[in-house]
Amino acid sequence: MTPLELIAGALIALGAVFFIAGTVGVLRFPDIFCRLHALTKADGLGLGLVALGVGLLAASPGAVVRIALVWFFVVVASATCSHLIARHALERARRERS
Amino acid sequence: MIDTMVIFDLLLAVAVVALAVASMTTRDMFAAIVLFVVFGLLSALAWVRLSAPDVALAEAAIGTGVTGALLLRTLHHVQTVERKAAPEPLPVPMGVQIANAAFCGLLTLGLAAAFAGAPRGGPGFDLLVADAMSISGVDHPVTAVLLNFRAYDTLMEVVVLLAAVIAVWQIERGLSDAPAPALGEVWQGFARLTLPAIVVVGTYLLWVGSSAPGGAFQGGAVLAAVGLLLLLSRLYVPRPSHRGAARVAFVLGTGAFAAVALLVTGGGRMPFEYPLEHAKTLILLIEGLVTISIAVTLAALFHGREPVALPERAAGTGGRDDA
Amino acid sequence: MTPDLIYGVTGIAVFAIGLVGAIVAQNRLRRVLALKLCSVGAGFVLIVAAWRSPPDAPDPVPHALVITGIVVMVSATAVALALIRRLHSLEAEDDA
Repeated sequence: MTPLELIAGALIALGAVFFIAGTVGVLRFPDIFCRLHALTKADGLGLGLVALGVGLLAASPGAVVRIALVWFFVVVASATCSHLIARHALERARRERS
Repeated sequence: MIDTMVIFDLLLAVAVVALAVASMTTRDMFAAIVLFVVFGLLSALAWVRLSAPDVALAEAAIGTGVTGALLLRTLHHVQTVERKAAPEPLPVPMGVQIANAAFCGLLTLGLAAAFAGAPRGGPGFDLLVADAMSISGVDHPVTAVLLNFRAYDTLMEVVVLLAAVIAVWQIERGLSDAPAPALGEVWQGFARLTLPAIVVVGTYLLWVGSSAPGGAFQGGAVLAAVGLLLLLSRLYVPRPSHRGAARVAFVLGTGAFAAVALLVTGGGRMPFEYPLEHAKTLILLIEGLVTISIAVTLAALFHGREPVALPERAAGTGGRDDA
Repeated sequence: MTPDLIYGVTGIAVFAIGLVGAIVAQNRLRRVLALKLCSVGAGFVLIVAAWRSPPDAPDPVPHALVITGIVVMVSATAVALALIRRLHSLEAEDDA
């Protein structure tokens, strides 16, 4: 194993730890907002670390650009999805209270 | 190294089966659909492991993405158009339950026996396809099979899509829409940011299909996502006057495919027997037009109802014969 | 243990789950979902049949068949869902 592979492996493993933490949060936290908090924070960081690790192992500059683009759009999409879920939950809570 | 991949395969297989069971047993229908989407994406991952990236792309984009959107749209309709009292489901007699269980069990056993007895690892059509690749006009075997060697199948597949959109327009004629949910400003911004990127990705998938995994169906499905985004963010609202253009787009792929297939028959060739020097051009032409058709058709299937002015739903249906 | 054996068994299991679901489910949407599971299970078995142990390339013909199947399935699903929407609206009108 070259040092580069070692660093990449460590980054991916660290990213996986954050994913596990996020999943534990989803399973353990009491309501939807706490769960979203755990999921978005932990998975966003985890994804960044995994993408960084995979980017180090990529064969060509083109592949690095593609990984960066994938990372960017997944982050944007997951942020939008979380926003939509939270918005929907908030509206429903308001409706039920009134 | 092999062993770690076997562990991964086993975990993935268990996850796929567990998600299938969960999507059948969860009470909440919304959760069931979300579980199904996750199931589809993990199946696509498994198919990548089986070195079938084309199929994985198609499953992720069409089988999971578009299907999931269709299911959620229908769920929204069913939940918004309220019924006063849903009838209680009748209890199923014990005998019927036992008969069903026996039937399913026997069929599965038969399948398993057939799978265990079937020769695995070929030989299939590998050698035939490899031999013929030089006369196919493209460099990617799956595209060669889809657009050249088994082009009849693919033409019929496009016809099935056309039939589906005609059927949906007929079924939903005069049906009023459930009010679409308002999604807010963040969503609008997201749509504006991602729309150009999706167009690029869809076109890239189409273009790359001649030499690498990708092609008309995967590209078309990604472009259909553009349609879905436009419809959901109401940047585009279908109007009755747009029906003509929509019909042209629906038929474009089928028409061009059939026309090319027949036009190459001049000079003593069979239908679909493209002249070698033009094979790549013809395949790309067909793929491009078929992609447009697939994208528009899938988006129309998501929108459902034919865009007609609703107030005149009872009368004035003349002159609306579908293509 | 090779991937084709693991995923072949997976495919048969998914098909069986879909089959049971399609027969047992009372909810119409869930029935469509169950049929979709069946089609994915069938796809698994076909792709396993096309698999060759690396470095051999897989057989492209079953791959093309499964892609065709996926597109046909989405067409069938769309028509089934349109029928469900229509049926539901008609029943709602009857209730009123």
